[in-house]
Amino acid sequence: MSDKKPKRRDFLFTASYAVGAVGAAAVVWPLVDQMNPDASVKALASTEVDISSLTPGNTITVLWRGKPVFIRRRTQEEIAEARSVKMEDLIHPEKDEDRAKNPEWLVMLGVCTHLGCVPLNDKGDYNGWFCPCHGSHYDTSGRIRKGPAPWNMEIPKYEFVNTNTIKIG
Amino acid sequence: MSDHEYTPKSKAGKWFNDRLPLLTLANHLTDYPTPKNLNYWWTFGGILTFCLITQIVTGLTLAMHYIAHADMAFESVEHIMRDVNYGWLIRYIHANGASMFFLAVYIHIFRSLFYGSYKSPREIIWIIGIIIYLLMMAAAFMGYVLPWGQMSFWGATVITNLFSAIPLVGEGIVTWLWGGYSVDNPTLTRFFTLHYLIPFLILGLVVLHIWALHVPGNNNPVGIDIKKPSKDTVPFHPYIVIKDGFALLMFMIVFAFFVFYAPNILGHADNYIEANPLVTPAHIVPEWYLLPFYAILRSVPDKLLGVVAMLSAILILAVLPWLDTSKIRSAVFRPLYKQFYWILVADVLILGYMGAMPAEGLYLLIARVATAYYFLHFLVILPVLGLKERTIPLPLSITEPVLGGSPNMAMAKKKESKPE
Repeated sequence: MSDKKPKRRDFLFTASYAVGAVGAAAVVWPLVDQMNPDASVKALASTEVDISSLTPGNTITVLWRGKPVFIRRRTQEEIAEARSVKMEDLIHPEKDEDRAKNPEWLVMLGVCTHLGCVPLNDKGDYNGWFCPCHGSHYDTSGRIRKGPAPWNMEIPKYEFVNTNTIKIG
Repeated sequence: MSDHEYTPKSKAGKWFNDRLPLLTLANHLTDYPTPKNLNYWWTFGGILTFCLITQIVTGLTLAMHYIAHADMAFESVEHIMRDVNYGWLIRYIHANGASMFFLAVYIHIFRSLFYGSYKSPREIIWIIGIIIYLLMMAAAFMGYVLPWGQMSFWGATVITNLFSAIPLVGEGIVTWLWGGYSVDNPTLTRFFTLHYLIPFLILGLVVLHIWALHVPGNNNPVGIDIKKPSKDTVPFHPYIVIKDGFALLMFMIVFAFFVFYAPNILGHADNYIEANPLVTPAHIVPEWYLLPFYAILRSVPDKLLGVVAMLSAILILAVLPWLDTSKIRSAVFRPLYKQFYWILVADVLILGYMGAMPAEGLYLLIARVATAYYFLHFLVILPVLGLKERTIPLPLSITEPVLGGSPNMAMAKKKESKPE
């Protein structure tokens, strides 16, 4: 700015502002972080679901961390349809084999990746799901095919505890 | 602030005023010189102040009975409707009051657009107004979440998810806003807190809005600078007070019609179903006052760009004083701008209608054309028009066109020719 050499006082000013800024940030952080998920919310991390009554071609919806999870027992046609799709036709390319380890069972978050609505079963142009809010179409693997959603529906972490029980989370 | 020194008449008044000049302020407000040609479109400032006070008073009383908890919110609203004395009346005034507030603010904004009230030297008034408008939308949105019905829940889900479009940090921001992994109790309690806070922020900004207005004084339908005080002005009290009062009375008739005869016509039946995180209602639609922006959001087939377009549609208003290159304020003297103004009004109404319709087929096509036109108006038409348009010569004073246009021409002539 000016040609003057910095003085002791300029150094003191800069040092005071710097310490003040760090102090202010340290005070603001707890006020911001208190809005993040608290310990009790984080504790509700996993859910076990009984799937013994589910027949092929049907879906159940369960609540996990406040969000719906679709568990669909797919028919052979649906599996064949999902696996025959070419990768270049997909907006968010993912193999069906990677999305459903056990091809009969598709477990995914029933949350549209556009703005978070719950898509409807057995609807849309690709025989999978259709989101009524803004018109996103998903296929039988829950992959986005048409509409504003940017990604496929998310696959949560899950495992088969035994043949009749799935543990989500 | 005042243009002349003011001394209270009473001794006690003088003693008080020397220590805190509140009486000087009151005197400034009553004597405030106002253009004498203000029409009824200028009464909406007063009407909006009334709306804000109404929302604060009814909101405070509702808060005495409402419970901000996901398990009890829906029931407590029904309790207000059925058990609390006059609870139905207070809640219907508050809910319809939000719609009336937006009705008035849209008229107020479009009045500014027509008469160029946003132009120099009134840019700061305009920008404060846009901030107030943004806060109004935030307050209305969060207020709509509080009854914890289906529309509340899914509206909250969709709007908060808009932030997930931000690259990298989007998901983190949404989780932070929710206080969890979905819209739930922590979301409800913080929305209640913010819904309570925002009206007072608006109140503060309204004071700044009026303060900034009182520096250059009101614009007027002719849009020319006037000397104040002069023959072209009248004192605010009683002239404007009585005119504003009459307009407010007319406005209250409309308000009362909705409250007493059609209290739910502007709402959605789905919001009388308690929030269910497993089922999204078949048609989720925001309140009418947000529909044009919702149509813009949906007309862009990309998530991030859709959100950017919607926010730009609002924020573009903040830079309007610099996009409009014309020095002439009032559309009365801008024959081409006047036509584009009405096309814009029609465009926004069309966007609003498309926002309420499903986003497919012809509706989507029309919404896309209307969205493109909206931005074309502000980014291309306004800057070019200011440079190319041939405007009508401005009168020298407010009085001149009044006398010139008088049916009694002879009298007007006589007055004009009378030597000073």
